[in-house]
Amino acid sequence: MSDNQTIMEVNNLKMYFPITRGVFKRTVGWTQAVDDVSFRIKKGETLGLVGESGCGKTTLGRAILQLHKPTAGTVKFEGEELTTLPRRDLRERTSRMQIIFQDPFSSLNPRMTVGAIVREPLVIHGVANGEERRRVVEELLERVGLNAQFANRFPHEFSGGQRQRIGIARALALNPTFIVADEPITSLDVSIQAQIVNLMEDLQDELGLTYLFITHDLSMVRHICDRVAVMYLGKIVELSGVEALYNNAMHPYTQSLLSAIPVPDPVVEETRQRIILEGDVPSPANPPAGCNFCTRCPKVMERCFHAEPELKELAPDHSVACFVAEESWQKASMQKEV
Amino acid sequence: MNNQSPLMSVKDLTTRFHTEDGTVFAVNGISYDLFEGETIAVVGESGCGKSVHALSIMRLIPTPPGEIVRGEVTFQGRDLLKLPRDAMRHVRGTEIAMIFQDPMTSLNPVFTIGYQIAEPLREHLNMSKKAAEERVVELLDMVGISDAAERVKSYPHEFSGGMRQRAMIAMALSCMPKLLIADEPTTALDVTIQAQIVELVKRLRAELNMSIIWITHDLGIVAGLAERILVMYAGYIVETAPVKELYANPSHPYTLGLLRSLPRVDKGRAAGRRLIPIAGLPPDQIDPTNACPFAPRCQFAVERCLSENPSLKSIGPRHQIACWVNVHEAAPEVVR
Ligand SMILES: Nc1ncnc2c1ncn2[C@@H]1O[C@H](COP(=O)(O)OP(=O)(O)OP(=O)(O)O)[C@@H](O)[C@H]1O
Ligand SMILES: Nc1ncnc2c1ncn2[C@@H]1O[C@H](COP(=O)(O)OP(=O)(O)OP(=O)(O)O)[C@@H](O)[C@H]1O
Ligand SMILES: [Mg+2]
Ligand SMILES: [Mg+2]
Repeated sequence: MSDNQTIMEVNNLKMYFPITRGVFKRTVGWTQAVDDVSFRIKKGETLGLVGESGCGKTTLGRAILQLHKPTAGTVKFEGEELTTLPRRDLRERTSRMQIIFQDPFSSLNPRMTVGAIVREPLVIHGVANGEERRRVVEELLERVGLNAQFANRFPHEFSGGQRQRIGIARALALNPTFIVADEPITSLDVSIQAQIVNLMEDLQDELGLTYLFITHDLSMVRHICDRVAVMYLGKIVELSGVEALYNNAMHPYTQSLLSAIPVPDPVVEETRQRIILEGDVPSPANPPAGCNFCTRCPKVMERCFHAEPELKELAPDHSVACFVAEESWQKASMQKEV
Repeated sequence: MNNQSPLMSVKDLTTRFHTEDGTVFAVNGISYDLFEGETIAVVGESGCGKSVHALSIMRLIPTPPGEIVRGEVTFQGRDLLKLPRDAMRHVRGTEIAMIFQDPMTSLNPVFTIGYQIAEPLREHLNMSKKAAEERVVELLDMVGISDAAERVKSYPHEFSGGMRQRAMIAMALSCMPKLLIADEPTTALDVTIQAQIVELVKRLRAELNMSIIWITHDLGIVAGLAERILVMYAGYIVETAPVKELYANPSHPYTLGLLRSLPRVDKGRAAGRRLIPIAGLPPDQIDPTNACPFAPRCQFAVERCLSENPSLKSIGPRHQIACWVNVHEAAPEVVR
């Protein structure tokens, strides 16, 4: 299935966390944080991963990077299966995959200088030495728009945006090809968010990076991503090219998500129709029978309570897991034939 | 709306914090009027003084280190800053209510939701236990919590984030305030829940004829909610205008910068369109100079901006900016 356009191929990935009780930590249930997810990421693209808090975005990102040991499924990176690799080989292979964290305040060790933080991956992987390492660190800092002199300072001396730049410099140290960016701009001020997004776009152009961009900011996704995967309660419910998703969302969840995003323009807001969802997201420890979205879906049908829809490609590069979407697609294609 | 006298009139409100590092000039002489039934939004980035401004109106500034240095907050004829403590407590319980950003910090984990909403009703409105309990069920019902009669017995941790925020709104509205101050009430919530809360507030505002001050850093959310916007930077109001005018005709370089740095969900990325960030960082507001606080980040700054901080001046009907430069003349290609 894999070809040389694909950098990452994920099949039937599951990540369940045990729920334990009592002194003996008896397992009484499972949090199904990621539940049977399959997708591919093309070389050089940015795939957006969106969905509400707790739907499993971070867990999926970490499971791909093998920071969690997946419960089931396969993860093929640059043609090589990671889930069966021995620990030692894994570390070497995963140096080409890096992560940028949401919170630039807690993700940097406060007792290390900026230089030491950026240098650390080089040390761990035994890349370069002495003078050479110092030069690499300086280059990395300059590449992300920081002054090379900053190497001797500590993280607390920097603003949120600057700390996120430090995190990016560190992620770039080992020349990765693939970066999971887990809400890299969420905790930053609006005026600073644009600085970091532009930096990430420039680095992608210069270094040919592939991004998995995790966020719940759908306005930013439309700006930065080539394709988008929408998650709901541990599953991907829609996966498509970015323009198709925004112009022709097929899953009722995606439709309501898009309608809920405010637009900074009062004239547009006056005429916008909102699809307001009732209630809250169910717990991933106890997902509903049938379709996971059936408890909140405005278009729910009888069948949705019993059977679980699969992710199906209904249009080129546009997959949806929804019986309602499938039916209307079938009707539409039947009309075409007539 | 304009020919009546304002519900609240803030004049020259100035609040500072005396800290080890120096004095933080958090709010620097802001003035504005709020009319009955009007919704205004206070927008600006982290640290610009939005919360301190609201807490000053509510007289909830921790003193020390905080100090309301000067100003007046005339609410229905009385200066709140001069009221005795008890009278102010009563105003907070009955006439002005506030919703805080993080509902967990303002809900007490050891009492049931029902008890916490009933408390102020009994204290400020002298309701009987039974009447208060009935009212609580009505209120929870009003904010869209299903099965309210059962839910009053729940503890805060048994509610989801969105439900807690709705419970907070129910508590804030319990005494039918004339003014609701909402400090980033949806920032921690998902967009679908945020949309629920915004619809709820719009509906209640119409039903109760409340005035609202909605504090946020999100220029998106208030576009469809507020009638007037106050843009704050470094403790100053730098631009204020009716909502449509502000978005159609932003005239302070900071407002312009904020709007240009935002991606929009209703518009695709036109070929090669890049976000246009504002360079640099906001100032720390410790012992500031006489310069315009935005000057170091401003692409339009001229000599004068470095020596003299501009005050608000009118540039159109109800549209004011604090800026020496006319960006529309200086750079029409940027403003479009
Ligand atoms: N290490 C863990 N042990 C047990 N449960 C976990 C663990 N990590 C995550 N979970 C659970 O898995 C589910 C998915 O969490 P995850 O952090 O992946 O969500 P998310 O989509 O990243 O949310 P957010 O937008 O809030 O970051 C949640 O119910 C969470 O409580
Ligand atoms: N208790 C305090 N002691 C010292 N300084 C304070 C205190 N409270 C606020 N400040 C300072 O006052 C300034 C304004 O803070 P404020 O909380 O009003 O910002 P804000 O606009 O509400 O920001 P945010 O969007 O992050 O909530 C900041 O510089 C802040 O550090
Ligand atoms: Mg997460
Ligand atoms: Mg605040």
